Amino acid sequence: MGEGGGEEKEEGGEEGGLGEKRRKEEEEKLEEEEQQQQKKKEEELLHLQPFQGDLYFEGNPNLVKGAVDDDVAEADIISTVEFNHSGELLATGDKGGRVVIFQQEQENKIQSHSRGEYNVYSTFQSHEPEFDYLKSLEIEEKINKIRWLPQKNAAQFLLSTNDKTIKLWKISERDKRPEGYNLKEEDGRYRDPTTVTTLRVPVFRPMDLMVEASPRRIFANAHTYHINSISINSDYETYLSADDLRINLWHLEITDRSFNIVDIKPANMEELTEVITAAEFHPNSCNTFVYSSSKGTIRLCDMRASALCDRHSKLFEEPEDPSNRSFFSEIISSISDVKFSHSGRYMMTRDYLSVKIWDLNMENRPVETYQVHEYLRSKLCSLYENDCIFDKFECCWNGSDSVVMTGSYNNFFRMFDRNTKRDITLEASRENNKPRTVLKPRKVCASGKRKKDEISVDSLDFNKKILHTAWHPKENIIAVATTNNLYIFQDKVN
Amino acid sequence: MLSKGLKRKREEEEEKEEEKEALAVDTWWLDSDHPAVAQAPPAVASSSLFDLSVLKLHHSLRQSEPDLRHLVLVVNTLRRIQASMVPTAALPPVPSLPAAPGMADNLLASSDAALSASMASLLEDLSHIEGLSQAPQPLAEEGPQGRPIGGAPPSLGSLDLLDPATGCLLDDGLEGLFEDIDTSMYDSELWAPASEGLKPGPEDGSGKEDTPELKETELKDTELDYLMDVLVGTQALERPPGPGR
Repeated sequence: MGEGGGEEKEEGGEEGGLGEKRRKEEEEKLEEEEQQQQKKKEEELLHLQPFQGDLYFEGNPNLVKGAVDDDVAEADIISTVEFNHSGELLATGDKGGRVVIFQQEQENKIQSHSRGEYNVYSTFQSHEPEFDYLKSLEIEEKINKIRWLPQKNAAQFLLSTNDKTIKLWKISERDKRPEGYNLKEEDGRYRDPTTVTTLRVPVFRPMDLMVEASPRRIFANAHTYHINSISINSDYETYLSADDLRINLWHLEITDRSFNIVDIKPANMEELTEVITAAEFHPNSCNTFVYSSSKGTIRLCDMRASALCDRHSKLFEEPEDPSNRSFFSEIISSISDVKFSHSGRYMMTRDYLSVKIWDLNMENRPVETYQVHEYLRSKLCSLYENDCIFDKFECCWNGSDSVVMTGSYNNFFRMFDRNTKRDITLEASRENNKPRTVLKPRKVCASGKRKKDEISVDSLDFNKKILHTAWHPKENIIAVATTNNLYIFQDKVN
Repeated sequence: MLSKGLKRKREEEEEKEEEKEALAVDTWWLDSDHPAVAQAPPAVASSSLFDLSVLKLHHSLRQSEPDLRHLVLVVNTLRRIQASMVPTAALPPVPSLPAAPGMADNLLASSDAALSASMASLLEDLSHIEGLSQAPQPLAEEGPQGRPIGGAPPSLGSLDLLDPATGCLLDDGLEGLFEDIDTSMYDSELWAPASEGLKPGPEDGSGKEDTPELKETELKDTELDYLMDVLVGTQALERPPGPGR
C-alpha cells in the first residue's frame, strides 16, 4: 500500500491537484487504519472489549439494605447470595444471621421491555448468636452459605449454615385462613359454650398473602471447625458440609448423625499446612464431589471407592509459574470457590488473581484461565499487610455455561465470555443504578498514562469488595452483592 | 501498625492518592539494595516482611477461635520467609511495635523452634477443644515459652478435664492431666451414651437450641468412653506422685 502511494506521489506530483488529492486520501486512510489498530491493541492489552449484542446490563431499582453506603451496619453485611432452581427466588444471607428472599414478579411476558422485578418475599432470622459453654466461645450467627433444594411441592426448602450449624428451612405461603369457629372468637378468645346457640361450619376465607419460614431440621454438632461449604447431592436426599479439615455427609431427614467422608486433620496438628476451602457435589453424578484447598489443589473423590474418601480419584493442580514466584505465591493460589458447570463437564475455581476452568478429564492444568485483576500482582505486599490478600471471592456460571462471573474491588465485577474470549468490567454503584441505564464498562489503568474515565490502581477502594455474585439459572439476570447492598441487573432486551 | 516507609519514585499521581484509602505504594519493605518488586521478587525478604508476618501470626493466635485458613497461610508464608533469611543468620532487630507488652518482643527474639512450638501448642489447644482423643500425644518440644502466646482460650482454666494452667499437653502423659478429676461424676447417668435426653434438638425445632452442654456430649460420647477406659485403667494402677504438682 505504501509503495503504491509512493509511486503515485512521484507521478502525481507532476500532474498537480488530482495527484495531491489522492495522496492525501491515501495518507488519511493509512492514518485511520493505524489508529484503529492502535486502539484495538490498547483494548486488548487492557482486556476491555465490551460484550456486543448480547450482554448489556441495565440497572434495576431494587436496592435493599442500607440507605447510604457510609452507614454500614455490621449485621447487614451480605455474606451469601443464591438463586433457586427456577430463578424465581433469590436468597441472601447476612452477618446478622438473617435470610431475605426475593421473588420475581410474574409479569405478563407480553410486555417485553423487561423481565419481572424482584421484591422482598420473606425475611426471617435463620441463626442466632450462640455461646458454646464448653469452649467458652461465641459462635457467629453469620450465614456462610445458602443452598436451595429443588421444589417438590408448594413449599420451598433451603439449607442455610453458619460456622457450626446447618438448618433446613421451609418457606410456605398462606393465603387463606379458617374463619367461623364455634368455640373461638375471631381474635382467638374462647367463647363461653353456654352462649353458643347455633352451630356453623368454619370455612376458609382468603387473606393477604403471608409467607412463613419454619425450621424443619437442625443439623448440629458435627463440625469442630468453621463450615465453609454446603452442597446438595443430585439424589436430592443427601448433602455434604465442609469445614476447614473435614467433610461430612448428611441425609436430609436425619439430624442426629452424619458420616465423615473426608478428614485431612493430621495426627499431629503441628504438621497442619493445608485446609479445605470449598466443596461441591457433582451436578449429575451422585457419588462424585470435589474439594479445594488452601494450597491451590482440587481433589475429586468418588464415594463408591471407600467410606472415607481421603484418597482422591483425581488431583487437579497447575504447576507454579516460576516467573511469578513470590513469598505470596501460596496465599494467592489458595482457592476461594469451586463451582461445577451446569453440564458437569467442567469446574471453575477462583484464586486471588484469576478464574480457572478445568476439564474434569485433565488434571495437570486448567483449560482456560482468566485474569481478574492482574494489576494487583505488583501490590501483593500491601494487600498482605491490610489482609485483603485473604479475601475470598466467589464465582459463578451463567445458565448455558458460556459466561463466568466473579467480583473484584472498588465494587467492580468481571465477566468472561468463554466463546468469544471477551471480558468486561462493570461497577455496582448507586450512580450507575438508575432504571434502564445501561452499565458502562469500566477500565482500570495498570500503569502508564491514565486515560479519561479510567481509574488508576491506586485509586481503587479496597473496602468495596464484591465477594458474592449469582447468575439466574435460565435468564441473563445477575445478583451482585456489595458490602451491604444487593444489586440485581438484567440484560437489555432490545 | 508499622510505619509506612519510603516511597518509590513513580511518574504520576501517587501523591494525590495517598490521602484516600488507597493502596500504599508497595516497596516500603524493600531494602535499598534489593531489586524492584515487579515480576522478580527478592530472593531474601527484608526483616520488615518477617516482622509483619510474625505480627499477623500473633494477631491470629490471639483470636478466641482463630481462622484456621488465615493461620495456616500466614505460618506457611512465614516459613518461606524464614527459610530465605537463614543464610543471613542475623535475628531481626526488635521494631517499635505498639504496646504488645513483652509477648511481641519474646516472639521476635525467639528462635525457629520456639515459634513452631508455640504454633504447635496453639494447634494442640484446638485439638484439645475438639475432643480429648489426641490426649496421649506429648508435644515434640517445649520452647522457651511454656505458655501459648495469649492464644489459649480463657475457658480452659475452668474445665476440670484439661490442664488448668496452660491447656498444653503435659510431658508426663495422662496421669498428671487427670489428677484433679473427681471421677464420681462419671458414674452418673448423665454420661450414658444411650440416654434419650441427649438427642440434640427436636425434629421440628422451633429454632431455639437445647442447652449446649447436652449437645456437646452427644458428639463426645466416643471420646468419653475412651477417656473412661483410660481413667479406669490408670485408677487401677499404682500411681507414683506427679512431679512437682
